[in-house]
Amino acid sequence: MTTPSVLPPPPAPVDDELELLLRLGDDRLVLGHRLSEWCGHAPILEEDIALANVALDLLGQATLLLRRAGEVEGKGRDEDALAYFRDAVEFRNCRLVELPKGDFGFTIVRQFLFDVYAVVTLDALSRSTSAELAAIAAKSLKEAKYHVRHSGEWMLKLGDGTDESHRRTQRALDDLWRFTPELLAADDVDARLAALGIGPDLPALQPAWDTIVRDVIQRATLTVPHDVPHSAHLAGGRTGMHTEHLGQLLAEMQIVARSHPGASW
Amino acid sequence: MTARPIGAIPTRDEILAILDTVMDPEVPVLSVRELGIIRDVEVSAEGRVTVTVTPTYSGCPAIRVIEQDIVRAIEVAGFTDVQVRTALAPAWTTDWIDPEARAKLKAYGIAPPGRVESGELVQLLRHRPATQCPYCDSYDTELRSEFGSTACKSVCWCRSCRQPFEEFKTI
Repeated sequence: MTTPSVLPPPPAPVDDELELLLRLGDDRLVLGHRLSEWCGHAPILEEDIALANVALDLLGQATLLLRRAGEVEGKGRDEDALAYFRDAVEFRNCRLVELPKGDFGFTIVRQFLFDVYAVVTLDALSRSTSAELAAIAAKSLKEAKYHVRHSGEWMLKLGDGTDESHRRTQRALDDLWRFTPELLAADDVDARLAALGIGPDLPALQPAWDTIVRDVIQRATLTVPHDVPHSAHLAGGRTGMHTEHLGQLLAEMQIVARSHPGASW
Repeated sequence: MTARPIGAIPTRDEILAILDTVMDPEVPVLSVRELGIIRDVEVSAEGRVTVTVTPTYSGCPAIRVIEQDIVRAIEVAGFTDVQVRTALAPAWTTDWIDPEARAKLKAYGIAPPGRVESGELVQLLRHRPATQCPYCDSYDTELRSEFGSTACKSVCWCRSCRQPFEEFKTI
């Protein structure tokens, strides 16, 4: 047996870019699926239509991002192959988006926390040195802007609404807060991409996210929960460590495609 | 339609005229050109037609139908070497819908889009200029929901004629 004479090469930028595209695409695929669970079940008709519309936008963005991920990977996988034929451990979404939809208050708070993360990151990504990524981000940002207006205005209505809506919204905020440090936590992949100008400098976006989120929470007469240390959340969804809920979501989302591979209708 | 010799090479203007007849399936009073989604048309020396299209919304289900309709319309005119290319940048904006097309939207009962404003990333409870009711022209209207029957439309209500109406979203 011969001894390898060289060390393994450092990760190529292409692997990093693929990783970023999966993180962005999986966030939207999983959250789009969670929102679509409301179809036919939302409290009022207008809201049913609104949540389905947002879900559709997110799935459209996921399609663009995962298609690009397949191109960057160069192994012939398209967006459907990436959505339907990967297991939970291969998904790179943050854990915030995979939690069960909960009540309407929980869905709105989760959506708001994500939507603010989406606008600040897409705004930065629209200036990416990757022309393809910049184009997808600029397109998606237009949609994210009216998404955050929708979830943000609901935060104000629910938080500053009835005793029950206030109580449920605060409870959702308390439950979800510990999942928020993962949104803008940067690992080595992010650091390398930021140095090349391909990915955003995530920690630099944290003050913008904090300012917007805390301002709306206060205007909604809600209380900002106690902070949790960031370090505890670095090894999370971005490295494939998920809650049990993602596996259950994927089982439902992937069953038809896996039972009938290649089927069309 | 006059018969063309097989293998005739179209001019760019001929293709543009064909595209004027391809309507948006969701808003059938607007052609794909009036909608502003046709970004380029090229005809190669060999007669290959390449139409570059930009999507309206990332998840708009109509985009595939539109692409098929474009290919079919050009093929029916006798030019069979057609491909549709997608370009995401620059991102589509309703500012590309011209005044004539806006008038068609209004006549069809859809309030045309306003002008795109730049500004803060997050604008809650923003003051927006009142939308004019496409039926009675009153400005005494309110936005009921930013989300409607398709990705491109919001739902409004006219207090004067007491009718709900749709508005083409401004993006």
